[in-house]
This record gives sequence, C-alpha cells and structure tokens, in this order.
Amino acid sequence: MSAETEPTPQIPRDTGTTREVIRLDQVTKRFGDNTVLDQLNFTVDAGKHVTLIGPSGSGKTTILRLLMTLVQPDEGIITVDGEQLYPAPEKQVREVRKKIGMVFQQFNLFPNMKVLRNVTEAPVTVLGMSKDEAEARARELLELVGLADKCDAYPTHLSGGQQQRVAIARALAMRPQVLLLDEVTSALDPELVAGVLDVLRDIAHSTDITMLCVTHEMSFARDISDQVLMFDSGRVIESGSPEKLFGDPDHERTREFLSTIL
Amino acid sequence: MTDFSAGLWELLLRGVWITVQLTVYSAALGAAVAFVVGLARTHRLWIVRFISGAYFEIFRGTSALVLMIWVFFVVPLTLGWQLVPMWAAVLTLGCTYGAYGSEIVRGAVAAVPPAQTEAGIALGFTPAQRLRKIVLPQAWPEMVPPFNNLLIELLKGTALVSVLGVGDITFAAQLVRNATGDSAPVYTVILVMYFVLAFLLTRVMRLVERRAKAGVGRSAPSGRTVIRKAGPGPRKDLVADSSATGGAA
Repeated sequence: MSAETEPTPQIPRDTGTTREVIRLDQVTKRFGDNTVLDQLNFTVDAGKHVTLIGPSGSGKTTILRLLMTLVQPDEGIITVDGEQLYPAPEKQVREVRKKIGMVFQQFNLFPNMKVLRNVTEAPVTVLGMSKDEAEARARELLELVGLADKCDAYPTHLSGGQQQRVAIARALAMRPQVLLLDEVTSALDPELVAGVLDVLRDIAHSTDITMLCVTHEMSFARDISDQVLMFDSGRVIESGSPEKLFGDPDHERTREFLSTIL
Repeated sequence: MTDFSAGLWELLLRGVWITVQLTVYSAALGAAVAFVVGLARTHRLWIVRFISGAYFEIFRGTSALVLMIWVFFVVPLTLGWQLVPMWAAVLTLGCTYGAYGSEIVRGAVAAVPPAQTEAGIALGFTPAQRLRKIVLPQAWPEMVPPFNNLLIELLKGTALVSVLGVGDITFAAQLVRNATGDSAPVYTVILVMYFVLAFLLTRVMRLVERRAKAGVGRSAPSGRTVIRKAGPGPRKDLVADSSATGGAA
C-alpha cells in the first residue's frame, strides 16, 4: 500500500514511548438487574491491536458500544486520547467520537445510498471535506477492500462479505484513531469470512490504527493481536499475548472457553 | 344523462376543478402537518411527544364535518373575522388528514431499524443529520402506500365542503339536481367522476412508490446484474445485542 492510501493518521508505533488511547476507569454497566460490566479498568496503547474474547453475555460487545457512545455507563470514567468521553457534555462527546470508528456485526450500511455515497457522506457532512476529495478517498478505500467496481451499486445488491468490506471502508474514511470491530464476520456465510479478514489483516499490518476487536475467529485474533483479554461475567479474568493466552492460559475458565470454540 | 344542457355539464366540470384544488391544497397542508406532528411524536422530549400526541387525538376524535362548520361559523363569532369557505375547508381538511398522516410518518420512522441510527452515531452525524440523511429517506418508501390511501380518503372527504357552499363536485351536483329535478343521472355521473379522480391519484402514487423504492435499492434498476445475497440489511441486531450484552444467564 502506498503512503497516500494509508487510511489513518500516523501514530508513531514502537518508538519506545507508549501513549494511552483508551482508558476505562471503574466502569460499570447494568441492564436492569444484570451487571454486564463490573468496575472494569483497562487501557489500550496507541497502535495496539487488542482482542476481546469470552462467552456471550460477558460484556465484550458492551465495551465497544460504550466507546462508540451507543450506550452510557452507569458509573466510571472513559477517556479517549486524553479527552474524556464519559462523563462529558454533548459537544465534547461529538468531538471525541470522531476519533473512533466502528464496524458492526450486521454491517449497517445505509440502504438509501449507493456504495460510494455510503463512504463519502460522513466525511462530507461531518468533517466538512469537499465532495471531490471525499470521493477520491472513498475510491482509494474501496480499492483497498477490493470493491472499486461497486461504487454505483446499492448495498442490498452486494453479498454480505462485500457489504462488510464497504462498511470497513466507510469507517476508515473518517480517519479514526481507533477502530472497533464488533464480531464483524459472525453474520457472514463461511466462504465470505476470509475476504473480510484478509482486508482487516492488511489494515492491521500496514497502518498504525488502534484496533479493539470482539471476535470468535481465533486464528485471526492470534494473527493480528498484540494483546488478548479474556472476559467472564463483566470482568477481565486473564490478559496476555495471543501466544500465551491461546497456548498456555493460566485460568481454568479461559481453558474451558477455548476448548468450546477451537 | 343526455338531457343535461351544456351549462349543467360546465357546472359539474367547474366542480371537478374545485375538488382538485381542494384536494391539492389540503394534501399540501396535510403533508406538512403529518411530518411535523409525526416527527414530534418520535421526539426524545416527553413534552413534545405529549403535545403532538394530544393534537393527534383531538383531530382524530372530532368529526371533520362538524369541525369545518365550527371553523366557518363559530370561530368568526369569537374572533370577529371569517375565513373564505374555501380556506376554512382546506384548513380543516389539512389539519384532520394531517393528523392521520402523522400516524403514518411516526410508524414509518419507528420502523427504520435502530441499527441505522447507531451507524449514524458511529459516523458522527448529529440527530438532525441522521433524520435527514438516513432515517427519513428509508422511512419514505414505507409511507407512500398508506399516504395513497389517505389521499383518496381526502379526495372523497372534500365532498364535505359542499355544506359551506364551496362549489365542488358534490355542491354542483346538488345544483344540477335542483335544476333538473332528477337525482339518478347526476349522482351517477359524479360517482364516476370521483372514481376517475381516485384512480388517477393511485396511478401517480404508484409511480412515486416505485421511485421511492428504487431510491433504496429495493427494486433492481433495469439492465443491471444483480447479486442479491441476503435481503435488505438483516434486522436482528437488537436480538443479537441483547443476547451479547444482557443475556448472561
């Protein structure tokens, strides 16, 4: 990939100085009586790729949704790139939110816009980018995800895998510092999964974007992650390098979980 | 029917023109009311929802005929000025049918999957931008068929204005009957007239519907290969979410 197609702002990586880009302090989230996250603390350094694993209901997806401000925590502080995301006034939330992009399990492309406009709409409307610039960039990104020829198609005319790759391009078009991936291959037919993961691998290896990834694709997690966090009942019960966590986990619960999905 | 003189036909045709005008003006006002009230009913502030909900209930629960008479004859007694019959009629019909239309707008907006709003939030759109660029364009194709029904109801509802002496089809028919002393022919003629108008409206709305659906990629534009994998965006997001975030049990 050439320098001008790099879809993310350049964050120095492995320069010795680490910079915290995500910080959760004592974050608690309840849905009714159900405590989904229980006084959770964790931080992610800039440029790192962190994978969250754990049984469903363990709170992984909720963390992504908290960071995307789709839900609010009941307690705690969330900081992104040194600026507070929660609690914060609406105007600040809007600014901080621009640093974060998200790819959803169900793609959530806008069916009323053709593929190209799905990618250009937010840069033009939200970032105030000129239409020409946004289109040029959208075409680059669509080429990156292998869909340069689908600019004029409506999302409903694409396969699930193609839709998800458009959704990745759409998220990257906002030049986020952090990319949240919420089980991005779970809704795909098996034969379409590889195409999406290849694109993400490419992005993970060739850019300095920080990734937070909820997935059940363990080989993918092993491949791209710097760190893996094992969740259970709203807490991180184990964290470590993918080699350690997948190869020789300390925690019995982790071993059990891995045996059910590997 | 052939015993109508040319003058009586002219009277009826002028009535058709008045009915068309009434329908168009009332529909324009009604559409504005429908969108304002319908969107207000989805507003996040309860007071806005309450006021717009009260509007809907009041206009749904009152007779358009009585309301029309009230606007024309009672309001002048208190305010000291009177609307011309035509505008009193348009005001009443627009407000009444707008109230029904607000239910269509509210329902269609509520039917847009919440995941679309979430995608809009994730891309940094403001609530107004999400409404304009994401939610309304997707809700619009859902509104067109029920709007068509309502429009035809409105067309037929314009017959009420004859009580105010507005010279629409029905009023003209009364004059013709008085002139000829014969009800059967003239009322048969205007039945057909209303039907033809309603049929034309339906054809126009079909066209609108087809364009609206093409605008969200729901019918394949001709001459293009279509790779259709799954239907429009799967809509089980909420279910998936609640199991992922809340279903620890």
